[in-house]
Amino acid sequence: MIHRSIQSLAALAVAATFAGPLFAQDSKVADELAKYREALADGNPADLLEVKGESLWSEKRGPKNASLEQCDLGLGPGKLDGAYAQLPKYFKDTNKVMDVESRLVHCMVTLQGFTQAEVTKQWYSKPGKESDIEALVTFIGAKSNGKPINVPATHPAEAKMAKMGEYIFYRRSGPQDFSCAICHGQEGKRIRLQDLGNLTTKDGAGTAMKTWPSYRVSQGAVWTMQRRLIDCMRQARWPEPEYLADSVIALETYLQKTATGTVMETPGIKR
Amino acid sequence: MKLKIALFSALTATLSFAALAEAPGGKFAGEAEQMFRSSFKAENPKYWMKRLDQDETMKTCGIYRDNPPRKIGEKLEKLNAATIRYPVDGKLIGDWKEGEKLAAVGTGGHIGFIQPDPAGRVRGGNCYACHQLAKKELAYGTIGPSLQQFGKVRGNSEEIIKYTYDKIYNSNAFTACTNMPRFGLHSWLTPEQITHIVAFLIDPESPVNKD
Repeated sequence: MIHRSIQSLAALAVAATFAGPLFAQDSKVADELAKYREALADGNPADLLEVKGESLWSEKRGPKNASLEQCDLGLGPGKLDGAYAQLPKYFKDTNKVMDVESRLVHCMVTLQGFTQAEVTKQWYSKPGKESDIEALVTFIGAKSNGKPINVPATHPAEAKMAKMGEYIFYRRSGPQDFSCAICHGQEGKRIRLQDLGNLTTKDGAGTAMKTWPSYRVSQGAVWTMQRRLIDCMRQARWPEPEYLADSVIALETYLQKTATGTVMETPGIKR
Repeated sequence: MKLKIALFSALTATLSFAALAEAPGGKFAGEAEQMFRSSFKAENPKYWMKRLDQDETMKTCGIYRDNPPRKIGEKLEKLNAATIRYPVDGKLIGDWKEGEKLAAVGTGGHIGFIQPDPAGRVRGGNCYACHQLAKKELAYGTIGPSLQQFGKVRGNSEEIIKYTYDKIYNSNAFTACTNMPRFGLHSWLTPEQITHIVAFLIDPESPVNKD
């Protein structure tokens, strides 16, 4: 039942994006979507993935037959409460600024003995093929629910990453002359019927960042922040960056820094 | 009086220095550019990677967060105006019905490995993503101004027709660093397709002006 309504809503959402004059009632679609979101507040399909992520976290796996329970996401081994909300951050052991996904992959490699290629092969789900990374990130994200985002970027490496993210945010290229700022640098604008957040302000960046990972109704899947940003680049008609690329982590650092102080509500649900 | 002038120039010097110092990325801009370019997959075809190249307009707009000082803006506008090319027959107003379709199409041109557009997928101007046009279409965006009744308000003089064509061909010829893509410059739309969109905006029979 839930599945069916998701499908029809996905169809509506797609129609809202692409249809022309046929859909003279698009604002109704937007209203319906808001109601739907409300109705799902207690039944987000991402919740199932969160449960899966929890068992993947504690299960002994990989060549080293180890769980992820000793993974240090920045607050110490195994400490998950609020960890997502303070990433990306600088890690001494790798001498790198890492986001939740690059750190998780690092743990799967060092603790469980997987190769990076094995772990990242299925970094996003396809129909019929679920992604362990999406499940684990959904679980880790939920452990920050209700916590304020806190990425002050005070460490020099973090401050530098945030600045580099800012550079990328304003960098224009491609056949449409796009940068992130074209759509996300002003207040109160929208594309078709989709509202656009002003990501240069705390509230705007907060609205964008606090609900990831998020269940995408139109995609029928949970998306992580990496997936979201890589898709932004696709929409800008750019080529595809590598999963866990530094430029994506830099953008995340810039956005999380701007969003610092807003409160996590994850997993989210979005069009 | 002299003191006033001195104070004023000291102030403007500080201001322009501040604006310059605040270019996105600050002192890490050069390194950020290298990091960005090296973030893309090695197996990306070369012609994809070309899409990351920046011309002078893109570079300059980034530095000034799309708000260049007027003098620099004027220079960019001249540079862009010089790129405009016209259809061979010189006719700048085409078929509004074709233009109506092009204004609605938002697909085409997506590359990458995850969700690329199939080869040959129709590519449009996607004008409704940002502009209000025909009254009957409610799913319009607001990044650009409303263009409803575009022709009705402005008339259909040769001057207006040329302005409309030029603006779609290269928006930066009029406003440096505008949010609007340069459809002709990038060959995203052909000159002929642009004339259809001009007709959609200007023809008195077009729903943009009729409703």
